[in-house]
Amino acid sequence: MQFIEVSGQLINITLVFSTALIFAALGGMFSERSGVVNIGLEGLMVSGAFAAAVATDYATQAGLGSISPWIGLIAAAVFGVVFSLLHAVATITFKSDQTVVGVVINILALGTAIYFTRSLYDGSAQTSQLTEVFHKVAIPFLSEIPIIGEGIFRAYPTTYIVILLVIISYFVLFKTPFGLRLRAVGEHPSSADTVGISVTKYRYIGVMLSGALAGLGGATITLTTTSSFAHNTVSGQGFIALAALIFGKWNPLGLAGAAIFFGFAQALRNFAQLFDFSKQIPTEVFYMLPYVLTLIVLAAAVGRSSAPSALGQPYDPARR
Amino acid sequence: MEVIKKIFNEKRSLLVPVVSIVLGLLIGAIAMLAGGYNPILAYSSLFNRVIGSSYHMGETIRAITPLIFTGLAVAFAFRTGLFNIGVEGQFVMGMTGATLVGVLLDLPWYIHGPLAVITGAIFGGIWAGIVGYLKAKRGVNEVISSIMLNWTALYLANFIVSKFLTDPGQQKSRAIHESALMNIEWLVQLMDKARIHWGTFVALACVLIFYVILWRTKQGYELRAVGHNPDAALYAGMNVNRTIVKSMMISGVFAGLGGVFEVLGVFGNQTIMAASPGYGFDGIAVALLGGNTPVGVLLASILFGGLSYGSAGMSFGAGVPQEIIRIVIGSVIFFVAAHGIVKFILKPFMSKRAKRKEAA
Repeated sequence: MQFIEVSGQLINITLVFSTALIFAALGGMFSERSGVVNIGLEGLMVSGAFAAAVATDYATQAGLGSISPWIGLIAAAVFGVVFSLLHAVATITFKSDQTVVGVVINILALGTAIYFTRSLYDGSAQTSQLTEVFHKVAIPFLSEIPIIGEGIFRAYPTTYIVILLVIISYFVLFKTPFGLRLRAVGEHPSSADTVGISVTKYRYIGVMLSGALAGLGGATITLTTTSSFAHNTVSGQGFIALAALIFGKWNPLGLAGAAIFFGFAQALRNFAQLFDFSKQIPTEVFYMLPYVLTLIVLAAAVGRSSAPSALGQPYDPARR
Repeated sequence: MEVIKKIFNEKRSLLVPVVSIVLGLLIGAIAMLAGGYNPILAYSSLFNRVIGSSYHMGETIRAITPLIFTGLAVAFAFRTGLFNIGVEGQFVMGMTGATLVGVLLDLPWYIHGPLAVITGAIFGGIWAGIVGYLKAKRGVNEVISSIMLNWTALYLANFIVSKFLTDPGQQKSRAIHESALMNIEWLVQLMDKARIHWGTFVALACVLIFYVILWRTKQGYELRAVGHNPDAALYAGMNVNRTIVKSMMISGVFAGLGGVFEVLGVFGNQTIMAASPGYGFDGIAVALLGGNTPVGVLLASILFGGLSYGSAGMSFGAGVPQEIIRIVIGSVIFFVAAHGIVKFILKPFMSKRAKRKEAA
């Protein structure tokens, strides 16, 4: 019955991994719902992870104590927005290929982050280990429930924030005029334009939201998991978030579910060594698992695509 | 002067790439100033490293070679309207295929070498073929599936190397048998032990093959037709799905060959990798700057290969972290991709010149 004992921990670690994915996937959702493909999520997460590490470090040195990680979080969102603006200017104002620009954002963000890490930390490719990071918060009473209490109600503040954000995003997207306009711009920009909605404005907002949220996702990794920033801190999480977005059919609840599924696949890695039957399986298999699962799921489930219909197309009012 | 004007006035202008390169180097300089370094000293030490000695020149050629392969791979798929972001994984599979044959088999050189090369190329082709198949048959976006296959390839390669090809406790495979190695011994000696290998010549041949397939065969016509307009190609009776798979497989063969020569020509073994080598992503940059033409890819890989290899000189000579070159390359392709921005920046200069002409 070893399995029941660890299942609380397994849920807990799943949520830790999923939090970053949900942040980034939510960001991707706002961008793609407005009609802009965002392959650059990975890069935006990298910039957030970097900004969080540096800002938290400096805030700690300035003597801000336990407020420091929150400052890191804000810095990450700001940095994410700055990088997403590059994406927005190139794809919305100058109508460049969105996929290509996304790839460029990934290259630029990683290069910039490592370059400035090296120049700030005397040539080291890793920021110094943070002393002030987020700690798990137990919710009174609820955290006493067996398994679920340990699994869900003893989590990092970022996990609670992201759960809240999923619910808020759902309401914003489907129950507010803003959400309706954002979706209209992504589904049928010329109609939206005709009724007086600025396609450019809503797409800029969508892309900038993706920068802020993906930045927070990257910050989550540094502030809860690694406690520092290096070139491999994010390592593909942004792409998995993108897959979660597609698997979740561009819906906040769906993508959260998909992200938890991918988070679970990553969490399994940590538990492989605990059981005799799983010890036989090479570790590489567990590393491959999230990616292979994504592929299988996409191949089996996508078929009928429910992507926003103007996704990937620059809006040109001169063409109907 | 007339010649330069003529080149810039051509319809497929060189203006955007050239201006993008200049802007990219400028942004690199600004980033260096921001980090408190001397950009002029840095760029000159980069240049000195690249042309400093016959060893460094040879090693620069070594650094350029894989970029030609991966650049061609990305460009080939682009021509069929596919964005092969999975060149990275196909490159790794190419390495693995060649290492498998090179380490496990022991054959006479005239069979062993070619067999290792072909196996690696096929590994790359199949890996890319999966992406093509998923796109054609299941409608899975090639960008997502190939990104997933990149990571899968990395861990699969590590698994194969550590399970079958490595002595216990080692972080790299056993040495590849000499009969499969692809280095050119007399050139290596001539260039002070710079690792020169047959891959460079195969890469140049591939530049030609790329051109011949796309512009001199019926198949190539179909590939390009599907790239221009898949609906029209379908209406004309072409099998679009099969063309997609075929294009991805050829692209994967180019990528795989790049990996093959890294292990057979340069290292002679395969390490257990913490991250994939990155040549595939640089291939995207190369293809973009080269405008997806074979000669453009060749020129762009010379530039980016030189910059990447020379960047180590920047950290020796001027203390600049060599990642600065990622910022430069990233900025260059940012401007190439967003060529609207370049034209926007150039507009005032262009109109001034036009006005002056009118006045005169």
